Amino acid sequence: MSAPQPQGPFAAPWEAQVFALVVSLQEAGLFTWGEWAQALGETIRPEEGEQAADYGRWLSTLERLLAQRGVADAGSVEARTAAWLRAAHATPHGQPIRLENDPGHHAHPSLRA
Amino acid sequence: MTHHHPDHDHDHDHGSDLSPVEARVRALESLLVEKGYVEPAALDALIEMYETKVGPHLGARVVARAWVDPAYRARLLAEATPAIGELGIGGRGGEHMVVVENTPDTHNMVVCTLCSCYPWPVLGLPPVWYKAPPYRARAVSDPRGVLAEFGVSLPETTRITVWDSTAETRFMVLPLRPAGTEGLSEEALAALVTRDAMIGTGLPLSPGSGEIRP
Repeated sequence: MSAPQPQGPFAAPWEAQVFALVVSLQEAGLFTWGEWAQALGETIRPEEGEQAADYGRWLSTLERLLAQRGVADAGSVEARTAAWLRAAHATPHGQPIRLENDPGHHAHPSLRA
Repeated sequence: MTHHHPDHDHDHDHGSDLSPVEARVRALESLLVEKGYVEPAALDALIEMYETKVGPHLGARVVARAWVDPAYRARLLAEATPAIGELGIGGRGGEHMVVVENTPDTHNMVVCTLCSCYPWPVLGLPPVWYKAPPYRARAVSDPRGVLAEFGVSLPETTRITVWDSTAETRFMVLPLRPAGTEGLSEEALAALVTRDAMIGTGLPLSPGSGEIRP
């Protein structure tokens, strides 16, 4: 074996996005690393084994912290998730998925893409 | 709208796919961008940095320097963060680093029992097994058994010390310099230092083991 490429730290692009969001929010002062570690530790349940190690736990921990800090409540996250799924459905295969492709987008004049 | 893909064997003829988890992440990101908490360009820069620049090759440079320079080694063990900074390495996740030295009598292993605290500036982001509950539990209760699973067997007389990283203090292991490396350059030595050797779940490669990077 020669010149092995370092294996990428993320299994999927969304994992990298979650990681970057958490780091950015910590640096923006929304929470400290100690608070993050505590919250992440509470989210991970030992019985989940290896599955508990993926960035899905980061995602659910982040959602919980955002709701607790009054940044984004569960309802608005659900609504926005649904909007993204509708946008994907309406986006021709192979083209970038944008939020304004959501057919219901006009109902939310405050949304920016 | 309907789109046909004559050239592809799709089982549907509409739109693009976004998995539920991908949609949730996009939802959070778009909300946070709108509220001004994050900027897309800064997120992209962060991802690129951790995908391409930060990784265990940086910790390996620290270890190799400590192997060839006794004064550096002393500074590293006394106060790791500034010593690592001497090599231009540092930043988030490495604000308070502690380096623990393996000796012929003592082997060190690092874990984060709470979650997945890890010395990002020197090792990059942790492997999945480091974050998983089995390692986090067993590194403490049965370190010798864990080492065996990693293919590391130590003499019964070797004491194993397990260090629990936290958000505040993150540990890195300074492994023993392998035998037969007296004539190697610092760069060649660094190529022997694996990620696992710096977590303590592995040992450095031996020269000529076929794993040497250019």
